[in-house]
Amino acid sequence: MIGNLAGVLFDGIAYGSLLFIISIGLSVTMGLMNFVNLAHGAFAMVGGYACVLLMTRAGLPFLATLPVAFLVAAAAGIVLERTLYQRLYKATHLDQVMFSIGLVFMAVAATTFFFGPSQQPVRLPDFLRGQVRVLGLDVGAYRLFLIGTVIVATIALHMMLVRTRFGAQVRASVDNAVASAGLGINVNRVFGVTFALGSGLAGLGGGLGIDVLGLDPTFPLKYMVYFLLVVAIGGAGTIKGGLLAAMILGICDVAGKYYVPQIGSFIIYFLMVVLMIAFPAGLYGRRV
Amino acid sequence: MTEPGGASAAMPTRTSIEPQLPTDRWRAIEFAFWLVPVAVFFLFPNHRVLGSQVLITGLFAVTLDLILGYAGIVSLGHAAFFGVGAYAAGLLAVHGWGEPLSGLAVAGAAGALVGFVTSFLVVRGSDLARLMVTMGIGLMLFEAANQVPSITGGADGLSGVTMGKVLGRFAFDLTGTTAYVYSLGVLFVLFVVARRIVSSPFGLSLRGVRENVRRMPAIGAPVTRRLIAIYTVSAAMAGVAGGLLAQTTQFVGLDVFGFPRSADLMIMLVLGGTGRLYGGLVGATVFMVAHHYLSDVNPLYWQFWLGLLLVVVVMFARGGILGALDGFAKRFGRTRP
Repeated sequence: MIGNLAGVLFDGIAYGSLLFIISIGLSVTMGLMNFVNLAHGAFAMVGGYACVLLMTRAGLPFLATLPVAFLVAAAAGIVLERTLYQRLYKATHLDQVMFSIGLVFMAVAATTFFFGPSQQPVRLPDFLRGQVRVLGLDVGAYRLFLIGTVIVATIALHMMLVRTRFGAQVRASVDNAVASAGLGINVNRVFGVTFALGSGLAGLGGGLGIDVLGLDPTFPLKYMVYFLLVVAIGGAGTIKGGLLAAMILGICDVAGKYYVPQIGSFIIYFLMVVLMIAFPAGLYGRRV
Repeated sequence: MTEPGGASAAMPTRTSIEPQLPTDRWRAIEFAFWLVPVAVFFLFPNHRVLGSQVLITGLFAVTLDLILGYAGIVSLGHAAFFGVGAYAAGLLAVHGWGEPLSGLAVAGAAGALVGFVTSFLVVRGSDLARLMVTMGIGLMLFEAANQVPSITGGADGLSGVTMGKVLGRFAFDLTGTTAYVYSLGVLFVLFVVARRIVSSPFGLSLRGVRENVRRMPAIGAPVTRRLIAIYTVSAAMAGVAGGLLAQTTQFVGLDVFGFPRSADLMIMLVLGGTGRLYGGLVGATVFMVAHHYLSDVNPLYWQFWLGLLLVVVVMFARGGILGALDGFAKRFGRTRP
């Protein structure tokens, strides 16, 4: 039972890490531009398909495809941000919701058209398969790799936000876009680069997640609730909040499906409603 | 995270469009509008089944407009009340009470009850929180209905719904004639009620909440109570719409609670135009008819074009179909229809 508990916790943390890396871009862009973007999962899907295509068609190894997934999703992000998203920052939330649902539908239909409706396969390298023994506990090697990657990415992201000039500009723009623009920060450019970065991270997460979350054209719809939840529960615009929320979600979802499979996804929705009522602005949300 | 005044800043033109108090007087164009479903009944006798579905969905869209277009509550879980109403009416009929009108009343009461209880969770919080909470409630009810197949029939749906005759005279038939007339009658009655609500001082105060939620308490309007009231009313009407679907199709599927139903509903409303009641009817008609014919060709194309249409509407045609028509009417020097 205790061994089970540790295993469930570990899987939950791995799952949460994945949710975190995909959603963190959404959290930052939502905090930055106050844009309700339901289409964030589509960027993760773009990254995932980039991985699969490079592996199956170009024969690249899995690890080599991950940076490409990041770049492709970031490129898709910047193109869409400059052409479409940018024009809706001032629109109502309803318009933003409708617009991004429209994008999701188009992404789902286009992906089905080009790559078919089936699940995409992933071939992990041998050293990431099977079990590894850590601290007397057998854990999946890939999940360990997943957690490690996400830790590295999170530290890099944190360093970038805290230590670099660009990070300071992002933080200033999140706090007060108007005042930042007055101080000479090119807020518009900060928005664009941040959006691309967030999309890229989602793409990386999409690639990493093929083995855990699966990958098919309905991916952006299937996991939309989870990504939104990380942001809504954590509070938009904070890395700390997103991380905490992603871990809570990941552990509760895995534990719920392991211990009480008969009530299915009920736990996660229940948790969502309870947390949203207790913390309407998120765990680390700023009061407006 | 949401600045409540942000919505009003984004739509500065709305107040200049409607400076006057709302009037309850029926305009000629509204009479003409209601002649359309009557004409359709006689002109397309083979499409009455589809027609009744359109009417029911139109009613459902009007209920969403009450909270979204007038009170500004963005909901992605309105199917919760539709589903509750559908199961209430369906279960009643399965267990031997087949009288339709009282069944509808029960469906409405069930919707109202669930709406009232959940309204306390929904009225607080920002747009994003509301989005998540409404979606969560809808998904929870879906899971709940899925988990008790002994009552709801589970994934197979609730069959064996046998309905009595409407008003004791008109039995439901395969051509959908009774269903069409019955749905149209219920839709019209509830539409008149909704229309009366939004043009009352109460309805005006809802618009005030939508435009600026911070100023309303300053003029003495209890915002939370107003929102709870309209949310409950809207849920009750959505319950009736659900009951109507259960009675006319004599079947309740699990999809009545589904997220796609809520999302599609919002799409229809935005497509038709929010905050004008008729927008829901127009949007539902266009959406359902297009869906009926285009998804026969290829469901994939339908989804793609629907997505593209949404993006285009948001980008270029805010206010939907009726908003665009308004723009045309103004351009040619006529007053607002």
